[in-house]
Amino acid sequence: MAVLAAHNLRKFYGGAEVVAGVSFGIQAGECFGLLGPNGAGKTTTLRLCLGLTDPDGGSVELMKRPVPGEARPARARVGVVPQMDNLDPDFTVSENLLVYGRYFGLSERAIRARIPQLLDFAGLTARAASQIQTLSGGMKRRLTLARALINDPDLIFMDEPTTGLDPQARHLIWERLKQLLAGGKTIVLTTHFMEEAERLCARLAIMDRGRFITEGSPRELILRHIEPHVIEAHGDGVMDWTDHEARKLASRLEKSGDTVFCYAADPTPLLASLANRGELRYLHRPANLEDVFLKLTGRELRD
Amino acid sequence: MWRKLAIPSILGNLADPLIYVLGLGYGLGSMLPEVGGVPYIAFLAAGMVCSSTMNSATFESMYSAFSRMHVQRTWDAIMNAPIDLDDVVLAELAWAASKSVLSGVAILAVVWMLGLSGSVLSLWVIALLPLIGLTFGALALAVTAMARSYDFFMYYFTLLITPMNLLCGVFFPVEQLPAAFQAIAAFLPLTHAVAIARPLLLGQIPSDAVLHLLVLLAYAAAGFYAATVLFRRRLLK
Ligand SMILES: Nc1ncnc2c1ncn2[C@@H]1O[C@H](COP(=O)(O)OP(=O)(O)OP(=O)(O)O)[C@@H](O)[C@H]1O
Ligand SMILES: [Mg+2]
Repeated sequence: MAVLAAHNLRKFYGGAEVVAGVSFGIQAGECFGLLGPNGAGKTTTLRLCLGLTDPDGGSVELMKRPVPGEARPARARVGVVPQMDNLDPDFTVSENLLVYGRYFGLSERAIRARIPQLLDFAGLTARAASQIQTLSGGMKRRLTLARALINDPDLIFMDEPTTGLDPQARHLIWERLKQLLAGGKTIVLTTHFMEEAERLCARLAIMDRGRFITEGSPRELILRHIEPHVIEAHGDGVMDWTDHEARKLASRLEKSGDTVFCYAADPTPLLASLANRGELRYLHRPANLEDVFLKLTGRELRD
Repeated sequence: MWRKLAIPSILGNLADPLIYVLGLGYGLGSMLPEVGGVPYIAFLAAGMVCSSTMNSATFESMYSAFSRMHVQRTWDAIMNAPIDLDDVVLAELAWAASKSVLSGVAILAVVWMLGLSGSVLSLWVIALLPLIGLTFGALALAVTAMARSYDFFMYYFTLLITPMNLLCGVFFPVEQLPAAFQAIAAFLPLTHAVAIARPLLLGQIPSDAVLHLLVLLAYAAAGFYAATVLFRRRLLK
């Protein structure tokens, strides 16, 4: 069953087409990942899906309701973890949950009954009475996640849920998201962490300049877009080696700073050549999603 | 929703106008003859009730609303729930009006305690306060919708709130002003609030009450409409 369907969505900001004809469907129970460089249009796409801004073209159906027309009842079944934390600093941890539940029209009793379980899920039971300012970034993010679950949503939008977190905090969030998926929730996730996308998402889209440039499972994307082997070489003389040897042996080369990335179906000749160049250091690894991402969106900075 | 914040700020709101009532009322009042047949401090009372209600509603709709909308992003969080922007704006207005009513009632209580108004008619002022709060709350929300930073609010205070406090009969009768200023004052909403509150506090039936009420209502409606349009343009684009 489709819980979200977007058809040919378009959004202009000051003449720039920020979302340029995006279509996708999300099935109940799946985790869909949206990757893309800064400014690709990910957040704008999510806002369009939630009915928080009107599209300049196309249509959205969220929880079987047309958006923005019936966005309000549709949002009653949806949870949102925004890109920027917006917890209410005037309230404590558990008051934040209570107040947020009231926005969904839940009774105070029903919310209070739910709070202990949400605090436990977020690992914040001991901080129930803390002021928001006293929480670490990771705690705030977990509380924001708990807050998004206050209405027991079927679908959860998460805009970069782990940006700015340390590895421990990130792993904890991933654990929680897997728990949610195991519990039958549907998740739409944007992220800049390829590892996050590979671990959590059964299906991904890479977005750039307002368009989906590719879509599929992490494995499919790697198979479809990139050679299976990568050799990263650096050290004095790497450019000389690149120009005289690697260029002939690799099927594709990319330079980034003083490192050369060699992509190849068969790494043996490259490795043999490197064996004769003691001054170069190198790393041989299987291709991953990040290689796909960089190939499709380029290495230069955005924004 | 935001009840936790109410008590400290009411105490804060109360101190300022009280200093005016007591300081100006007794200090200046001792040097002045009666104004319109009543002691100056009794004259001033209605002005202070209206002006502090206006100030409180304005302050709440500007600084507090701006902080929740722009700085803390609380509005964004609320709009992810099944609540629309217009509802949030209406809730902010209701909040600002409620708080301003509390400020107004607090001044009113002092006025009664000082024996400056003994008339039963003065109870009607309590019914007027919500309208004053809605009017100035709505106007200030429209300003907030255009504000890029807190600095912007200074213009509104300097260009509108302060002149209103001076021109609209708070400290002296509008009739004392040159004709041109009287004409301006007639268009300003605070004039109409004071024109209803003052007779009530002095135990008289206000003349042209319906007209004054309609002017306040018109400002409230126009302010709220402008606020919703401007906020939508700002936040839902
Ligand atoms: N309200 C707005 N008004 C004007 N321009 C906007 C607005 N929102 C987004 N944009 C522009 O639209 C483009 C896409 O923004 P968006 O936030 O959707 O990108 P993103 O993919 O979420 O980026 P990031 O990874 O940095 O969060 C950017 O160029 C941004 O400046
Ligand atoms: Mg974003």
